[in-house]
Amino acid sequence: MEQLEQAGRSASRVQWLGQMFGEYKKQKRRRRNQVIAVRSTLLLLFFVLWETGARLGWIDELLFSYPTKVFRQIWGDMVSGSIWPHVGMTVSETAAGFVLGTLLGTVLAVLIWWSPFLSAVLDPYMVVFNSMPKVALGPIFIVMFGAGFTAIVVTTLSITVIITTLVVYNSFCSVDPNLVKVVRSFGATKTQVFFKVILPSSFPTVVSTLKVNVGMSWVGVIVGEFLVAKSGLGYLIIYGFQVFNFTLVMSSLLIIAAVATAMYQMVVYLEKLLLSRR
Amino acid sequence: MLPVVQLKGVTHAYLGDNEASLAIEDMNLSIDKGEFVSLVGPSGCGKTTLLSIIAGLLQPSLGEVTVNGKRIEGPSPQVGYMLQQDYLFPWRNILDNAALGLELTGNLNEETRLKTVDLLNEMGLAGKSEAYPAQLSGGMRQRVALVRTLVTNPGLLLLDEPFSALDYQIKLQLEDLVSETLRHRGTTAILVTHDLSEAIAVSSRVILLERNPGRIRKVFTVPDKIRNSPPLYARDQTGFTELFHEIWKEMELAGSK
Repeated sequence: MEQLEQAGRSASRVQWLGQMFGEYKKQKRRRRNQVIAVRSTLLLLFFVLWETGARLGWIDELLFSYPTKVFRQIWGDMVSGSIWPHVGMTVSETAAGFVLGTLLGTVLAVLIWWSPFLSAVLDPYMVVFNSMPKVALGPIFIVMFGAGFTAIVVTTLSITVIITTLVVYNSFCSVDPNLVKVVRSFGATKTQVFFKVILPSSFPTVVSTLKVNVGMSWVGVIVGEFLVAKSGLGYLIIYGFQVFNFTLVMSSLLIIAAVATAMYQMVVYLEKLLLSRR
Repeated sequence: MLPVVQLKGVTHAYLGDNEASLAIEDMNLSIDKGEFVSLVGPSGCGKTTLLSIIAGLLQPSLGEVTVNGKRIEGPSPQVGYMLQQDYLFPWRNILDNAALGLELTGNLNEETRLKTVDLLNEMGLAGKSEAYPAQLSGGMRQRVALVRTLVTNPGLLLLDEPFSALDYQIKLQLEDLVSETLRHRGTTAILVTHDLSEAIAVSSRVILLERNPGRIRKVFTVPDKIRNSPPLYARDQTGFTELFHEIWKEMELAGSK
């Protein structure tokens, strides 16, 4: 009799727990839907305000254009195919600047970690170069590499390489010295110390500089295209500005926002993949 | 018989930007095979410096250290080093952590890998090979660190306060495990510790250092009866308390210097 009662009590407890959990999940779902709803409303409101503002003359239609016109422009360019070479150009420049910048920056960091002498020698140069607005070097790069792809990628590299080097080098130096002591006590060589401890330990930092570098690369590429390009999204912005076609400027901006976000998300996904085991 | 460790006039100074400070001065010591020696003393007496020198991580400014008759010029697989914390690598699983030394010395193969697994099992870590350090308790992690040090078969083991970061109960268990394992393998060991009763319980000789500069002040030999009992029971043997007080008094004098 008593046992039966106990069994009944524990069964009702299980039920109660299940209910609690169901309630909790429902609440979480509700909260998520709310966030999504408010988010989309904000975006919609922005476009609606823009459209009505321009049509009713609150803002200058010539300068700010308006969404339906911008989207029509984007759609037209996509259908006619005239936009793709520009997108392709800009994306390939950004990708080249991003990959090369990360690689070169990391290699440089490894070099100065390896040789404290080199690190001491290069230190002031790095500080100067890092504090300097690298975009100011643009004209020199154009003269050196000609007005085109190379000059733009080099402009991008000038922005990404040093900051990558500094961040990665710092993470190399902040590895727990006791982890190094562990491998040194087994008689590890400098190469072994680097590959067994320094690199795996600072791997998360290296990966997270990737995210920073995506943004940096876009800055470099767009500025580079402002200066020299004959194609690309940055070129379209400058061209639209010069012929006073602000619909073109706005549409290029929207495309840049979309493509840059896509690229950033890819890197975030890559980061998740690389660090999934920690 | 050739002593395992021999220190001859070892002196070491740290060089800074503003001054050179003498960490240890003129240390002479010899330790025989299978001996378990403890270094105790007030902080700043150069215990860890001395250990680093014997491990080959530091070159002494003067004097020489020989291990098995050979002059120490750098870290070697003959000498194992165990630190205060486990310092397991969070990105490696337990087996890979334990096999680190084998990997670094180029001795990792199927056979040594199996040996590592066996040793892990022996230390009560069966079934944890695939786990990551974050999933283990402090005592278990320190046991992994012990396996990592022992699996390369060092003839000499240097222990830098390996028990001090652990809970008291785990610390006693681990003392037993380490002293039993070392006795069984005939490994020579040097232990640095703050804990006098630990030093007496596990070792055959306790060496008291004094500071400014670090020097050997006095060497105490632990009576056979205490030395031959496992650390947990050694604390109950007659003579233990007396020896404890004797060393304690001497250490007070050394500290007030």
